[in-house]
Amino acid sequence: MTLASPQDLNLQPQPLKSLQPQGWLRFFSFSLDHKVIGIQYIVTSFLFYLVGGALAGVIRTELASPMSDFVSRETYNEVLTLHGTIMIFLWIVPVVNGGFGNYLIPFYVGARDMAFPRLNAVAFWMIPPAGLLLIASHFITGSAQAGWTAYPPLSITTPAKAQIVWIISVLLLGGSSIFGAINFIATILKLRRPGLKLMQLPMYCWAMLGTSVLAVLSTPVLAGTLLLLSFDIVAHTGFFNPSLGGNVVVYQHLFWFYSHPAVYIMVLPAFGLVSEILPVHARKPLFGYSTMVYSIMAIVFLGLIVWAHHMFTSGTPPWMRLFFTIATAFIAVPTGIKFFNWLATLWGGKIALNSAMLFSCAFIINFVFGGITGVALAQVPFDIHVHDTYFVVGHFHYIVYGGSVFVIFSAIYHWYPKFTGRMLNEPLGIVHFALTFIGFNLCFAPHHWLGLNGMPRRVAEYDPAFTWLNQLSSVGALLMAISTLPFLFNVIWSLRQGKLSGDNPWNALTPEWLTTSPPPVENWRGEAPLVTHPYGYGSTASTPLSLEQATGKDVWTGN
Amino acid sequence: MDSLATSAPTPSTTHSQVEVASNPSSGEHADVRMFGLATFLVADGMTFAGFFAAYLTFRAVNPLPSGSNYELELILPTINTALLILSSFTFHRAGKQLLSGQAQPCRLWLLVTAALGIAFLVGQMVEYFHLPFGLRENLFASTFYALTGFHGLHVTLGVICILVVLLQVGPKGSVSPSQPFGLEAAELYWHFVDGIWVVLYGLLYLL
Repeated sequence: MTLASPQDLNLQPQPLKSLQPQGWLRFFSFSLDHKVIGIQYIVTSFLFYLVGGALAGVIRTELASPMSDFVSRETYNEVLTLHGTIMIFLWIVPVVNGGFGNYLIPFYVGARDMAFPRLNAVAFWMIPPAGLLLIASHFITGSAQAGWTAYPPLSITTPAKAQIVWIISVLLLGGSSIFGAINFIATILKLRRPGLKLMQLPMYCWAMLGTSVLAVLSTPVLAGTLLLLSFDIVAHTGFFNPSLGGNVVVYQHLFWFYSHPAVYIMVLPAFGLVSEILPVHARKPLFGYSTMVYSIMAIVFLGLIVWAHHMFTSGTPPWMRLFFTIATAFIAVPTGIKFFNWLATLWGGKIALNSAMLFSCAFIINFVFGGITGVALAQVPFDIHVHDTYFVVGHFHYIVYGGSVFVIFSAIYHWYPKFTGRMLNEPLGIVHFALTFIGFNLCFAPHHWLGLNGMPRRVAEYDPAFTWLNQLSSVGALLMAISTLPFLFNVIWSLRQGKLSGDNPWNALTPEWLTTSPPPVENWRGEAPLVTHPYGYGSTASTPLSLEQATGKDVWTGN
Repeated sequence: MDSLATSAPTPSTTHSQVEVASNPSSGEHADVRMFGLATFLVADGMTFAGFFAAYLTFRAVNPLPSGSNYELELILPTINTALLILSSFTFHRAGKQLLSGQAQPCRLWLLVTAALGIAFLVGQMVEYFHLPFGLRENLFASTFYALTGFHGLHVTLGVICILVVLLQVGPKGSVSPSQPFGLEAAELYWHFVDGIWVVLYGLLYLL
């Protein structure tokens, strides 16, 4: 058994230094370092988030009045298509999977990098061209107008070039997601430090394992479907074209076979991140570790067999409605287990109400609300009433914004010291949180009323009776836009001026904190610590924590 | 493929030595690469599964226009199936020869495998030119061409992989008895493409 000699502790690993650019330049390079790639994902996705947010601003400005007076109807269709596609494929999916996944997973399994670093870099570098292609299409051919779902026959009849560009872009992003998922599965299952058992892994590993399984199983189906759709558009085949004998419902089935799991691809990693953040700031072990693991697995399994609940109004036969209603309602069970486990984690904890904790707590509230409307939408009689209305828009945004995006912000406040070695400014963080939370609820809660009263989604014009609720929603959107400013200022200013954080500002026990902040190129100066109790808070009166101990061998096996 | 060929931690001196010393299993990078490839093939198989599901649903719920039917000539596709199954065995032989250190027979068997693959593709093209329907004739025709075409693309890629491996086998090449990954990866992929064809043959020609 060779241990790192004391001299090594002061050395940067030399060979990589000569191979790869250092300093800020490495973030623009084909870097193989999982931490650099993680940051590349997070920053790139955030830039796309700003674009998607600006598009949301266009939508809410247009909807502030009943007539289409801000943009034309065609432009409105393009804007809502781009908004959906960018926010899903270029912001949430890459940031919660590729971003935090790449940064954290090698630490959590005690590895020095991902299983396939080069594939990892390829997966990231597929994203900027795909995103730029998607956005550039607006200025060259006009963008796709068929929504992020690209349902035929709408997607066959709208401008063909734009739809093809959209398909190419989504295929690239899907490929990137599959490559990333393969990497995560191999890393978590095959690259674990010896002695580290699966059931000792931090919860985010389980979330990423489940998510990656979903991505590997379902994303290729979307890719195949989009290939067939492109045949319909380019070669005028009739797969999904009823006038040529095709079947649009088959597209819907194939599309939702990916896109329902895609919701879990967006939200399961967020579950994992929250499970990391809550115990640290409540100073308590994660409640019900094994039930958390099994509920993730249950969600993965059930997530694959509920897709047709998006299609209750597509001529779905009664037996199918019954099956998919029951299967969907079942998902509430594992999700409920996770919810109560988070509450139990907080219960009686020494809670630090900082920005990270506030965003995580708000996530729990928002997600439960979105979950309740989700269970409601799974019921056929109710769903037929509100299908294709703003109720669905409200539900969806409570899940992906109130769920995933709140967690992304929470995670940035939590891991920023790890990324940079500096703290984010707390008062600014609280302002950011307050504005986001109020703005978000003001923006999306009225959507439920609008939907129940019958306002259809994806229209630039609506019944004037809905005006004031829409204006309320637009004010909320404005608050959300403003809330980005303190955040942007905070992350840029703190990069140079933030308070130095030290290596482990939160006194956390998960492995990424048991090295320097920011970490060295291969994560640990010495051997990777064996962390068998990543949530062992509060077991002793004062947990002795120091970097010197952590870099030694098997510090945490004693507990 | 090259991107898959990267070893687990990026190469370095001191630190990976520390890890290798403490982690005997991390030395066997080939295992992780094969595992990654297998995971990729699961994903690839799901693409086909989506196509098969679409095809079966079309057949179940979308009747063809009167006068058209699902019947296809069976002789050529059956010969093609036999060729492809045979090629799996020849590839296996190539792998055995490589592991026993005999580069020349290994190259020969690889050449035979590639030839069988090319023969399959030629047979497929002959069938395409003799079919009574084109891509846009009806839903079955479109699905037939999409499925066989997508599979043919996989076979083409496989033949290219075999030829590349063929060039790499040898004392100076990167594929040797101690480093069989290139050949093993191509072999796993080839068996996968064969397996897909058997399912496809059953669904398109026999059903």
